[in-house]
Amino acid sequence: MTITAITMPKWGLTMTEGKVVAWLKPQGAAFASGEELLEIETSKITNVVEAESPGTLLRIVAPEGSTLPIGALLAVVAPETTPAAEIDRFVAGFVVPEPAADASAETDAPAPRDIEAAGQRLRYLELGSGGGVPVLLLHGFGADLNSWMFTQPALSDGRRTIALDLPGHGGSAKDVGRGDVDALTDAVEAALRVLDIDRVHLVGHSMGGAVAAALAARQPDRVATLTLIASAGLGPEINATFIDGFVRAARRRDVEAVLRLLVHDPALVSRAMIEDVLRYKRLDGVAAALETIAGAWFPDGRQTYDLVTALPMPVQLIWGRDDRIVPVAHAEALAARLPVHILADAGHLPHMEKSGAVNALIRRFIEG
Amino acid sequence: MTQKTIRQALHEALVHEMRRDPRVVVIGEDVSGGAGTAGGRDAAGGVLGVTKGLIGEFGEARVIDTPITESAIMGAAAGAAVTGLRPVAELMFSDFLGVCFDQIFNQAAKFRYMFGGKARTPLVIRTMIGAGRSAAAQHSQSPYHIFTSVPGLKVVVPSNAYDAKGLLIQAIRDDDPVVFCEHKLMYDLKCEVPDEAYTIPFGEANVVRDGDDVTIVALSRMVHYASEAAETLAKEGIECELIDPRTTSPLDEDTILDSVTRTGRLVIVDEATPRCSVATDIAALVADKAFGALKAPIRRVTAPHTPVPFAPGLEKLYIPDPDRIAAAVRAVHEYRR
Repeated sequence: MTITAITMPKWGLTMTEGKVVAWLKPQGAAFASGEELLEIETSKITNVVEAESPGTLLRIVAPEGSTLPIGALLAVVAPETTPAAEIDRFVAGFVVPEPAADASAETDAPAPRDIEAAGQRLRYLELGSGGGVPVLLLHGFGADLNSWMFTQPALSDGRRTIALDLPGHGGSAKDVGRGDVDALTDAVEAALRVLDIDRVHLVGHSMGGAVAAALAARQPDRVATLTLIASAGLGPEINATFIDGFVRAARRRDVEAVLRLLVHDPALVSRAMIEDVLRYKRLDGVAAALETIAGAWFPDGRQTYDLVTALPMPVQLIWGRDDRIVPVAHAEALAARLPVHILADAGHLPHMEKSGAVNALIRRFIEG
Repeated sequence: MTQKTIRQALHEALVHEMRRDPRVVVIGEDVSGGAGTAGGRDAAGGVLGVTKGLIGEFGEARVIDTPITESAIMGAAAGAAVTGLRPVAELMFSDFLGVCFDQIFNQAAKFRYMFGGKARTPLVIRTMIGAGRSAAAQHSQSPYHIFTSVPGLKVVVPSNAYDAKGLLIQAIRDDDPVVFCEHKLMYDLKCEVPDEAYTIPFGEANVVRDGDDVTIVALSRMVHYASEAAETLAKEGIECELIDPRTTSPLDEDTILDSVTRTGRLVIVDEATPRCSVATDIAALVADKAFGALKAPIRRVTAPHTPVPFAPGLEKLYIPDPDRIAAAVRAVHEYRR
């Protein structure tokens, strides 16, 4: 009989505690893998915790409304027949890991690092270690490595995972050169060299998907698998209102309006998320970088890059049914040739909106 | 990203802009200091060290120590601005504005208008505000409301290091005179500040905290006291929305009005004296444009209409504090519920 704990997850670099908003399964309920168990709110984001494997929610420890540190015990999962006394002992004996409160602990926590690649400063976050083929995560237009906050930890067992800030984005240098697919792919290629990664699983979202595909076409032998999430490069349509709006938005209100286009549930767009985008957009050089990239990739509100080339490695597509940026039809058109997973109740950010399902799809795919 | 104090954030902003644009100069009393003394050049670096080190990199032509003559500092800076430089002039204590008010109020603020739009006056006046150090009535005031009342001046009242850096860079790049008010008790306050240069637009408030029960608008150091009060009140079940306008001219009216439209209850916290103040101005704005949404009288938590006392005990009573803010919020929250 195994007793396991559901603990407060760590989403993103700055999270230290989270609030239990609601339990989506009652105490005593059985659940299947991928089912939603509870909703957690952080200072940045509200998201659901999904079950990684089937089980029974035998004891809820953290009441709704409670705010607890990372790693705190939220609930106990155990077979229905487990005696209550045994659960009591498990709860009593559970030790919450010390939160990274002092400075020395903070330096142990994973932090983004900078590299010089092809004469450019690029920022990345590395998690995990081991002999597995590493995973490289490439974000979309205007985003950064934090967009993988729910994805990267779930892929980091037994392998290195690297989330990169593309040129012009996040903490990377804001000079993007021509800013087109070749320029961004050059930068990613150089980063892999510096990080000494020979073979890699690529996961790309939106514009980052097209960069991942371009890299796979250049170096098919080095790319083990390719997962494209709501990817650019698969058809001419793109939501020009979003692209133009994102490039132009300078005030909270405008940023909020364009970010809402990204998601199925507008509640995902928190004040902190808007503030993060504003802080990025206020940096010197960002406006020019975004304009250059948008001009190279999406002139006249159409996509220019088309990657219909047949690729030799396994390729899968993951899309949100309600994507309002890149139409789901781009994925449906390829369903006869490739595994295509279309997720309900998700917009352009399925890896954030349906993180459990997307993580499971990626894990299954890369573990072959 | 690293934690930086407001002092470091302001220093970084000056260094970024002086490197970026050779027209940016710093002028004031003891902005480097120490010439002809045992301590040597740059012994002062500004009364609180914000400009320390600038003279080494940028030289005497761009880091200009002046005699103790505020009228000359502001006059020279306004003239330099209108003829092509971008001066950052230091008015050590904002209380000294009386000495140089003509240069600010009747010259710099009016040039663009009087010269038919042909003149630009890219002048920044950095100045210290605030009570709390027993510096007495002539070195402790917060007269940003006087600057705010002058058409042609922009007025910045940052409350944290992130905002201070972005707003000072914005102020230096702005083509109009900007009065930049630094609270003398906040220079060591830290938060995360990017190493890169960035700008925060004027007239966009920061919503420090979300809440649906009562709106609090607080300025400069009072943002932190209001934040403390909001924490206490949250434990009592009162959720406050805390708004930091960041600039009093231009003022982000929309963010304040939107919030009050939702909460119906407003408390304004301002360290300045209450007559013809920013607090009073915001109260009038809301009474005028959101009267229908109000469920309770607007409450202002401010200093009394007196000079700032020297006696520490009295000075403590003079400055609004978290308890007074919380009491005001409770009063408007309870009003005709």
